[in-house]
Formats: sequence, C-alpha cells, structure tokens
Amino acid sequence: MHLLRLNFAVAVSGFRRYATYRVATAAGVFTNTVFGFILAYTFIALWHERPHLGGYDQSQALTFVWIGQAMLASVAVMGGGFQDEFSERIRNGDVAIDLYRPVDLQLWWLAADLGRAAFQLLGRGVVPLAVGALAFDLALPASPGSWLLFLLAVLLALVVSFALRYLVALCGFWLLDATGLNALSTLLSLFFSGMLLPLTVFPGAFGETARLLPWSATLQVPADVLLGAQPGGAAAGLAFQTGWALVLLAAGRALQTVATRKVVVQGG
Amino acid sequence: MAEELAETLPRSPGVRPRSAPGAVLSRAAWGLRAYGFIAAMWVRSTMAYRASFAIMLAANFATTSLDFAAIMIMFAQVDALGGFALPEVAFLYGTSCVAFGLSDLLLGSAERVGRRVRDGTMDVLLTRPVPVLAQLAADRFSLRRLGRITQGSLVLGWSVLRLELEWTPGRIAMVCSMVLCGAAIFGCVFVLGGAFQFWAQDASEVQNAFTYGGTTLLQYPPTLFGKELVRGVTFVVPLAFVNWLPALHVLGRDDPLGLPGWADYAAPFVALLCCALTGLVWRAGLRAYRSTGS
Repeated sequence: MHLLRLNFAVAVSGFRRYATYRVATAAGVFTNTVFGFILAYTFIALWHERPHLGGYDQSQALTFVWIGQAMLASVAVMGGGFQDEFSERIRNGDVAIDLYRPVDLQLWWLAADLGRAAFQLLGRGVVPLAVGALAFDLALPASPGSWLLFLLAVLLALVVSFALRYLVALCGFWLLDATGLNALSTLLSLFFSGMLLPLTVFPGAFGETARLLPWSATLQVPADVLLGAQPGGAAAGLAFQTGWALVLLAAGRALQTVATRKVVVQGG
Repeated sequence: MAEELAETLPRSPGVRPRSAPGAVLSRAAWGLRAYGFIAAMWVRSTMAYRASFAIMLAANFATTSLDFAAIMIMFAQVDALGGFALPEVAFLYGTSCVAFGLSDLLLGSAERVGRRVRDGTMDVLLTRPVPVLAQLAADRFSLRRLGRITQGSLVLGWSVLRLELEWTPGRIAMVCSMVLCGAAIFGCVFVLGGAFQFWAQDASEVQNAFTYGGTTLLQYPPTLFGKELVRGVTFVVPLAFVNWLPALHVLGRDDPLGLPGWADYAAPFVALLCCALTGLVWRAGLRAYRSTGS
C-alpha cells in the first residue's frame, strides 16, 4: 500500500513537472498537427493508388496517421522523457544517490515516466487527433468499449516503451557515453513502431518479422486495437504487449542488478 | 584553442565605431571569420572522440535514410505517387534533403536561443565583440550533420542517373541553384525560428514544423497536397522555391498553381528577400531580449 502511494506520488509529480511548460506543449501540438497533415496527404495518395493496402481502407489509414501523431510524444517514439535524465545521472554519478534511496530504481523511473506520458497524452495527443478528425474522415470507433481497450493498449505501449529505453539507458553503466546507442535506439523505434509507415504495409517476411518485434507494441498494436484491425482481436494484441512488457521489464531488472554491482562511489 | 581565439578577438572591427557602409561589410566579413574560428574549435573538440564521432555520423546518415526507406517501401506497392515515378520523387527528395542538410550544418544551432535565454548564457554572447548570430550559429558546430548531406547527395545522384533527361548546362545550373538557394531559404527559417524564441523561449519546437516538416513536405510531389497548402508554402513561407517550382521546371511538368514561367527562376530573388527580412527580424528579436538574470 505504501509502495503504491509512493509511486503514485512520483507519477503525479512527473505529470505536474511537464504540465508546467505550457508554451512548449502548445508548440509541440502545432508541430504534431503540421506533420499529421503532411503524412495524411501522402497516405491519401498512397491509398488512392492501392485502396486496400495493408488491410486498411483510406479512412483507417488516415486514422493511423493521427493516432501516431497523438501518441508520438507520449510513447517517446523519438526517445527522451526519463531516458536523457537517467543517462545523465549514470554518466555523472548522481545515480549513486538514486541507489541509496529506500525505493526501487526501476519502479521509481517507471512511475515518473508514466506521469510524464499521461500529461503528454492529454496535452499533446487530444488536440492533434481532434484537428485530424475535423479535417479528414477518420474511422474512429463510436463504442466506449473500444476506447477503453485502446487506453489499455496505450498504457501497455507506455510500459514497453519505458522498458526498452530503460535497457538502453542502463548500458550507460558500461559505455559511459550512451549518445550513439541512444541514436540507434531512436532509429529502431522510429522505423519499427510504425511511425513512418504502418508495419502492415512492409512487404513479405520483413513485415511479418517487424510485427513481432517489441517496437510494434508501442504504436502499431494500439492503433490496430482502436481500428479493430488487430489480427486475432484486441485480446491478442494486448496479450502480445503484456508479453513484451514482462520480458523487457525482467531483462531491465536483471541488467540493473549486474550494473549496480559495477557502481563505485568515490569519497563521501 | 581558446587562447588562440582570445588573441584574435581584440583586433575585431566590431569594436570600432560603425557608420559607413564599408563598416557594415567589414563587420559581416569579421562575423564570417569568427564563425570559422568557432566552428573550427568545435570540429577539433569533436575529433578528440573519433569513435563517438563516427557513430554519430553513421547514425545521422541512417536516420535520414529511413525517410527514403519509407518512400522505397511505398514504391514497392505502387508505381507512381501523385503521378510521379520513383526517380522523380527521388529527385525532389535529394534536392530537399541536400538543401536542408546544408542549412542545418551551417545554421542549425541557431535553434538553441530559447535554451540560452533560459539558462542565462545569452548574456555571455552579448559581451563578446563578435556578432551574436555568428556565435550562436557556430556554437556546437557538428560535422555529423554531413550524414544527411551525404545521404541526400547519394539519392540525388541516383535520381539524376535514372531520370531520362538531357542534362543541358541550363538544367545543371538549375540543380546547383536549387541546392544553394534552398539552403539559404531553410537557413532563414532556422534564424527566424531562433529570433522567435527571444519572445517565446519555450516554443523552439514550433520551428521543427517548418524545418523538418518543410523538408519532409518538399520530398513529395506538390500534386499530393491541397491547393491551400501549396499556396501557403509558395506565398507565406516560400518553401516551394527551395525545390518544387524549379524542380518541376527541370522535370518538364506544370506547377499545380499555374504560376507564370518566371516563377521557376525566382528562387535566388526569393532567397535574397528572405535573407533581408530575416536580418531585420533577427535584429528586432535581439533588441527585445531581456536577460533572465540567472
């Protein structure tokens, strides 16, 4: 109970911390909306040539674009969030302070990142999606049940995204300068989440493999759950996400145990 | 290197009283020279970590390649997009990417104005006898941005080989002018975005819509987009002059707005006009600067 209250408090402060920067949020909304329009027009041209590409009709494809823009900041497709801060604390040694706090390191950062993500989902997600829905004919579901399933899929997407970035950040214990690895992780996330193009459009075996990787749990699966296009139904999508979330969190925990044995605190 | 820079500073013409047009020119020349000094310093500092530099260069190259990979995947499914075949889209992609890459390399750091105002380091720039814009633009000058230019050049080169056009001197001149004028226009967008942050420090992301959004937009044929959008990037933010109008001329296609023929050659004048306007806005922004005092 105490643990739950503590992590909730951490999440709330993460939310409030990001909520402070209103101008930055408005700027982000503007940029997401502009990108949404650019992508939407290219998708219209693409689906005009091939009407049922990737199993979507045109309005589903457009919905995919705007869901992607709405979730971009929240699931940190381009990296960032707690990751930069945590990497920096590993690099400059402040992580030692985090380690002697009577809280769990992984849970602490997960709570903080979920707080940030919750704010960015509301602050940077709702307006672009609304603009997209006004400007284009989107295939948004009418039943509240589908939206609840979508929110659950988004929550799992946030956990998978956190778990992936936590693993990358932990590598900083060995590499010290994680800049190169961060760049690689952004690259993989951008391409294999479905942000540039839905993974269902990727051809053949390449596409099949891409849909099994953990990054597909961060955007492709939530979008498919909302569109009702998830093969095997929404439950299969949520199970896929839960599976990756558990595996990656466990891997993060194992790596953390090895990494913290490496920490040597100089002086007092 | 810092001592070397310090030795050169007292000779700056910036400290002399300026009034004559000659003084303006010599100040500009000094700004460029100072830019060179600061950029060279950053290059030397990056080269101290060669492995890290190589990784970042490769990452920059790979990240920009992803956009083209997405286009390739699209063309694996269709033969034409908006009536344009792959080599033609690659031509648009290449020109947009190289022009943007050049401006990002030379002026990309100008987007850090907001951060400097927030943490108070803008004051330091004002105390030095070097134009503030030169200092800002050269700050953290990073050669890893060559990754984007290289990737764009490769795609451009491939498209030039694949397009069945006769490469007359006129067409070659058009391509060179596209890259140079395009870089100037994008550069203006970077500096305007920086100037805007004197008024709205936290709004640095707005300019991403015009810089990164702009280069993405220009990678695709204008026939894909609504007429209002094309009008907007022709007459309001003149990105259409970076490559759309001249490229359509090179490819022998009509532009969707039906502009008069001279508009295809207008890019250099548009670029000059942009630079003049940007200069004025930058000065206004700098005058509006209030130190945060931290």
